[in-house]
Amino acid sequence: MNDKIRDILDQTAKLPVKAATLSDDADLHEAGLTSFASVQLMLALEDAFDIEFPEQMLNRRTFASIKAIQSAIAELTQTAA
Amino acid sequence: MSVAASAPASTSPVSAQEAYLDELFDKGILLDTGVDGLYGRSDVFEDVIQAFDRLITRYGAQDRATPIHFPPGISRPLFEKSGYMKSFPQLAGTVHSFMGGEADHCTLLAELEAGQDWTGQQTATDIVLTPAACYPLYPTVAKRGPLPVDGRLYDLQSYCFRHEPSKDPARMQMFRMREYVRIGSPEQVQAFRETWLERGQAMMGSLGVPLKVDLANDPFFGRAGRMLANNQRDTGLKFELLIPVTSEEKPTACLSFNYHQDHFGSLWNIPTSNGDVAHTACVGFGMERVALALFKHHGTDTAQWPQAVRQVLWPK
Ligand SMILES: [Zn+2]
Repeated sequence: MNDKIRDILDQTAKLPVKAATLSDDADLHEAGLTSFASVQLMLALEDAFDIEFPEQMLNRRTFASIKAIQSAIAELTQTAA
Repeated sequence: MSVAASAPASTSPVSAQEAYLDELFDKGILLDTGVDGLYGRSDVFEDVIQAFDRLITRYGAQDRATPIHFPPGISRPLFEKSGYMKSFPQLAGTVHSFMGGEADHCTLLAELEAGQDWTGQQTATDIVLTPAACYPLYPTVAKRGPLPVDGRLYDLQSYCFRHEPSKDPARMQMFRMREYVRIGSPEQVQAFRETWLERGQAMMGSLGVPLKVDLANDPFFGRAGRMLANNQRDTGLKFELLIPVTSEEKPTACLSFNYHQDHFGSLWNIPTSNGDVAHTACVGFGMERVALALFKHHGTDTAQWPQAVRQVLWPK
């Protein structure tokens, strides 16, 4: 899942650095994730993992780091299963 | 400048809004056109708008902004590039015209005659109604090349259009917005916004209306919009100065203070003097909303308004 998230980051988030150079804890907003890019990221993650982020997860914290994204997806795929 | 959060949920604020609208019609301050949100203005109403306009100028003149006057329409290609349809498709108004031949004209007249929809043949022109006063500015500034060291400051006013028909007189479809727009380094534009947050409260306080400043978000469309709105709030990019007009719980946004970060600077490619992407901020004044707040709090007869307020608006 971690690699898949990094791939999607590279495709959608338009960061000035490669996702491979970021640690799991690195702050994505600090790394250059804009508000509009985070929407693209959110939609691509939903597609790739077949999930739908509920309204209360549509905020900066959910997409703050690779680790945060990972735990959000884990939470959603668990409840779906 | 933008609109307050959302449509009223309960029934009582709706009737309070309609009641105020009816009162404004009865007193001849606004004139009914048959379309919600599209009103004629009386001289009394315009007199207040113009007095408030001059008051803004008195507060802002020291900054020596450059005035630019745009008509209430913007180029459709520039509108498309602005990304407005990504964020607010529900509010936009495009201008369409008849571009057919004589046969098409006959069809159109027959449809009109029969009371059918005749608009199907209307074709999009190169003009879109201005959704916010600052939208035509950024591409204009971009053409002028890199900013000077001190950045730039503009003074704009335009009629704007937003498709949100409502019985709330404060939610018009066609209304005027004055804006000061600062373009420069992050420090320059943030300092500008801080200054106007203070000035705006002092200015509106001098008009004897209750007010508060609160964090706000634009009415972005859909689920993606929910996320954009949350991000905007979390990062404190938008504040509004709110005045209760027809509801205490849902006061009306009369001024807004917006920090766009580098959104417009990078979209339109506006470099600062040292080559960085310019940041932008604007303060917007909802001209009609302020007038409506004044009529609500001081009454429909401006001659009877408190002397102190009259002195601020019409200094001798
Ligand atoms: Zn603006």
